[in-house]
Amino acid sequence: MNFPGFLSPQGIATIAFFVVVAVTLVGALIAVAARNIFHNVLGLAMSLIGVAGLFLYLNSPFVALMEILIYVGAICIAICFAIMLSEPLYLPRPPRKFTKILGAMAGSGLVFIFLLLLTKKTKWVPAAERSTDWSVTTIGHYLLTNYSLIFEVVSLLLLVAMLGAIVIARGGRGSS
Amino acid sequence: MDLLTHLGIEGVRMIVGLIAVIALVSVNALFLIWMERKVSAHMQLRPGPMEVGWHGAIQTIADAVKLMGKELITPEEVDRPIYYLAPIVVFLPVLLTFLVIPFSQTMIIKDMNVGIVLILAFSTLTVLAILMAGWASNNKYSVFGAIRSVAQNIAYEIPLLVTVMSIILMVGSFKLTDIVTAQGRYWFILVQPLAFILYIICATAETNRTPFDLPEAESELVAGFHTEYSGMRFALFFLAEYTNMFIVSAVAAVLFLGGWRGPILPGVVWFLIKVYALIFLIMWFRWTFPRVRFDQLVTFAWKILIPLSFVNLLLTALALKIF
Repeated sequence: MNFPGFLSPQGIATIAFFVVVAVTLVGALIAVAARNIFHNVLGLAMSLIGVAGLFLYLNSPFVALMEILIYVGAICIAICFAIMLSEPLYLPRPPRKFTKILGAMAGSGLVFIFLLLLTKKTKWVPAAERSTDWSVTTIGHYLLTNYSLIFEVVSLLLLVAMLGAIVIARGGRGSS
Repeated sequence: MDLLTHLGIEGVRMIVGLIAVIALVSVNALFLIWMERKVSAHMQLRPGPMEVGWHGAIQTIADAVKLMGKELITPEEVDRPIYYLAPIVVFLPVLLTFLVIPFSQTMIIKDMNVGIVLILAFSTLTVLAILMAGWASNNKYSVFGAIRSVAQNIAYEIPLLVTVMSIILMVGSFKLTDIVTAQGRYWFILVQPLAFILYIICATAETNRTPFDLPEAESELVAGFHTEYSGMRFALFFLAEYTNMFIVSAVAAVLFLGGWRGPILPGVVWFLIKVYALIFLIMWFRWTFPRVRFDQLVTFAWKILIPLSFVNLLLTALALKIF
């Protein structure tokens, strides 16, 4: 029995890759474009699950699961929490300001171009097989030695999330 | 090339495992619903379902057929895509977690290095699904149920993770089979009794069971987040809830009760005995404790459970360094 090319391991891997990329991009689009803030959060969750899929594709299940546990499980839920504390959703919202959209597009466009140039310029070498051992000890070692800076920077993100929650929720209770 | 060699032993294991899991999930839910009705009935000194089959044993099958035959009502004002997606999202992660549960030394679909993290990560998706259902139903009772569910899950997730962490610290591995192997001499419940109690409390809260069933408190919120769901969509929420109960009990059996270990009987039998004993314990809670008030629930998590779980983690770390 012969199998068509897309059923070979490489074929399945390629299909999986494109599915994951599609999930990430569509999720990101929903997160930015939808007018209902609850849809935005769900789009973000979808996009983050896609990113977790990318990590899985890169053979890093630990990071993928941490992505789901922390970003989808904790951050998205915390965002929902903030939304429910903020102003009611049925009120009509003011239309988006054109300058704001332009500014956001310029900002994200700049980051995109920067990353594009960076990927063009970097000489890609296959990563050295560090270790296949994903025991708690190894991960702990990495987090407190090689990657301590990343470990610290990640906590900044939490601070930003908290500030964002305060900004969104501000004035939600005062008017009543 | 023939299909078996194409898939390889891992692929065959995966497919057979998936079919077995789907069968287990349905049979388990049917059994647990019957068990719940019987347990609750006997605790209230009444017989419970008796008519269909021996002591009402196939009552749930009749109920399931009825549910499948029912019309799927979609209210006018719901947020359609999310309303349709929510029952699927609540059920998918539940299926995925079975991937790593060790029923016995060999009966495990894929023994992953990140086993316990996988279970914890995917069980957080249930909250998202409850939130989707509650929001999309566009009903004030549903939204109240969803809000409560989020607040409750944020609060109880933290002590749950920290408690599991103290066991991981003792074993030094996320692999579920390693955790069971490490309990060769004694069960961890003997050295971590506080962690066991914390885990059971948090697991009861995470599965939205009484006394923490505020998201669906039927005497105040109609049916909470699934008020607007009918037929098989409602049944999926039910199925997910009972399967979640199985999973939290299975994880508790692995972490504290030595998993498949036990004399004479084969491993899988011991494992199921332990799991169903824990499920009975959780059902027992339902008919013993009254539902807590919402502020009590949140205060209990933040002021008692979280500090206690950190103390437990600290003591575990100290004990490991000293002994």
